[in-house]
Amino acid sequence: MTNPLKPSERMKIPRQHSIEQTAEDRIKNFFEVSFGLNEELALIEAKRCLECKNPVCIEGCPVRIDIPGFIKLILEKDYVGAVNKIREANYLPAICGRVCPQEDQCEIVCLLGKKHEPVAIGKLERFVADYEMANNLFETPVITNHIDKKVAVVGSGPAGLTCAAELAKMGYKVTIFEALHSTGGVLRYGIPEFRLPKKILDIEVDRIKKLGVEIYTNFVVGRTATLDELLDEWGFDAVFLGTGAGTPNFMGIPGENLSGVYSANEFLTRVNFMRAYAFPETDTPIKIGKQIAVIGGGNTAMDAVRTAKRLGAEKAYLIYRRSRTEMPARVEEVMHAEEEGIEFLMLTNPIRIIGDDFNWVKAIECQKMELGEPDESGRRKPVPVQGSEFILEVQTVIEAIGQKPNPIIQATTPGLDVSKKGTVVVDDVQRTSRPNVFAGGDLTRGGATVILAMRDGKIAAEEIHKYLQSVEAKKESATVNK
Amino acid sequence: MYKIVEKQQLSDIITKLVIEAPLIAKKRKAGNFVIIRVDENGERIPITIADSDPQKGTVTIIVQAVGKTTKLLCSLNKGDYVLDFVGPLGEPTPIHNYGTVVCIGGGVGTAEVYPIAKALKEAGNNVIGIVGARTKNLIILEDEMRAICNELYITTDDGSYGRKGFVSDQLQDLINSGIKIDAVYAIGPIPMMKVCANVTRPYKIKTYVSLNPIMVDGTGMCGGCRVTVGGKMKFACVDGPEFDAHEVDFDELIMRNRTYVDLEKISDELYEKHVCKLEGVK
Repeated sequence: MTNPLKPSERMKIPRQHSIEQTAEDRIKNFFEVSFGLNEELALIEAKRCLECKNPVCIEGCPVRIDIPGFIKLILEKDYVGAVNKIREANYLPAICGRVCPQEDQCEIVCLLGKKHEPVAIGKLERFVADYEMANNLFETPVITNHIDKKVAVVGSGPAGLTCAAELAKMGYKVTIFEALHSTGGVLRYGIPEFRLPKKILDIEVDRIKKLGVEIYTNFVVGRTATLDELLDEWGFDAVFLGTGAGTPNFMGIPGENLSGVYSANEFLTRVNFMRAYAFPETDTPIKIGKQIAVIGGGNTAMDAVRTAKRLGAEKAYLIYRRSRTEMPARVEEVMHAEEEGIEFLMLTNPIRIIGDDFNWVKAIECQKMELGEPDESGRRKPVPVQGSEFILEVQTVIEAIGQKPNPIIQATTPGLDVSKKGTVVVDDVQRTSRPNVFAGGDLTRGGATVILAMRDGKIAAEEIHKYLQSVEAKKESATVNK
Repeated sequence: MYKIVEKQQLSDIITKLVIEAPLIAKKRKAGNFVIIRVDENGERIPITIADSDPQKGTVTIIVQAVGKTTKLLCSLNKGDYVLDFVGPLGEPTPIHNYGTVVCIGGGVGTAEVYPIAKALKEAGNNVIGIVGARTKNLIILEDEMRAICNELYITTDDGSYGRKGFVSDQLQDLINSGIKIDAVYAIGPIPMMKVCANVTRPYKIKTYVSLNPIMVDGTGMCGGCRVTVGGKMKFACVDGPEFDAHEVDFDELIMRNRTYVDLEKISDELYEKHVCKLEGVK
């Protein structure tokens, strides 16, 4: 079925909105904020696609999903066909439909967005993925071509999962090594339940297992076995490193080691990964003051401050040294945070954390900032306003000012080029300085998005395939020449 | 799942568990630790590896039952399993031939200093051991330490066994006796490590301690284990757990380790109630 509406008629349809929990309700629970589009709304939204001859949305997508193609299948009510169309390019649609910054990628270039609002591509992606899950319609692809080569994937976050899935589909024997006790990396320890339910992640990971991918948890590459041991003793033919950027940065201000100061990583790991919200039913504790402050302006900061609110913080401040427009967080997340009563202290920079007699946080001292000349990132650099210091009473401080790669693998792998920032150096097709070692995601980028990690994992998989084919071809020609 | 293949009660509250973990047994070096999670609702806790047998593929840990998780762990029996067991983590102890090294274990810390003393002995050092505890029945690994130490001193706070006093008193006496000490390893409760550091500081004897801050992942991800060493922030899990004792801010560590004291108490009380109920059923 083609879209019966003329382009002018399609443009008249307003962009459809997800059904959401009210802010009042959702700050009392950890359930997902958005329920997504229902079938009726999805069908209306799908009709808005102009079916451009030159679909720039595909170019906007880091993994090049055939966006008009899957939307057309929605119009035909072939939702499973639609999700499978997405899956050709992206094996984790239910995840991307939720956490991808579509507004900066596919939707920003959507022609409809020039005059009207762009097609809600992300919400449509989520709709078909959820439809398939809810109706249990997923069928594991049948792998007919088996290749007798073993690939080790280190880390089970978005980069690793994608790389593993792509290689498994090609017929490789893939083993994922995960340091933590459960899979998903940042998707599990970082992103909260209210944005990405663990059940969705479990289902997606399970589908990757069904492709024949083996997963070892509690395995720290570099400690339990080194990368070279995986290659030399375990018999892997190639390795993909997707260990992320798990080491938190701290500001370096006085008072950071007081009790009640957390890195966002620790805070979110305790709550999301160790389920501290259910203490004492679970054993991992967390402490939240009546007043809390999160420092930072990215998605992690939003996740942390909204989590703190749900854990009972009466006042939850978000302190960011630049202004609202420079905030790297997704617009949707900032909006959700605002609706939930998060108080934004923009152009504000913490200068010290103040403790009480028991070494607990009791306040944070900040200064106001103003925007000066643009810095190397192109954003206007915040400069302190003299004499603008003020003290904010808080009992919990969470620093969400960025992460860097965990150094264990770099330190235990000779010959692997590492940048000054600690990221593993790769070329444009994810090759490292070692011929059979590939890398991607935050480990090479130093802190980016889920979809860019998936893009890297996918490109690496194609490159690993090329590499292993060339190794095989060389072997064969060597045999022939004998 | 990791199987407990042997269990031995070293005192009322200290238990030795031998756990099947062949990969860790093969790689583990003195000074390494593991992170353990007992069951699905459990927390992740770090425990130093006391010993390992690469042939049998087993790792030995020695646990003092102080809170819910350690009590639960100590209640497990031969044939039971722990859900998660990951390692070997942390930087291993740099083993050199220093000459004469004093290895001090306080309480369950003896389990942590024992593998270091053993490795130092194998590296050719003259190893003097000091093992201390509050009271006689909390002294552990005496025979094991005696077997590897050139000299061994025992202290108890109450004088019920060995010398009455603290391990640091014995250390001071050794220094006073005029023997040349090239390095000291002191592992035990934080106040003990702090006092030992203070004893050796005036003599500029290289002194190392193994720190036990609060940890979650144990791989450098959470930063919960941050300690101040030489005025700089260090993560005990990846930068340590051993540090130069003269540089460590022990007071800060003591404070940070108290962060969850009240919640730990709630958890412990609930566990005790649960155990009482179970025993009532029996």
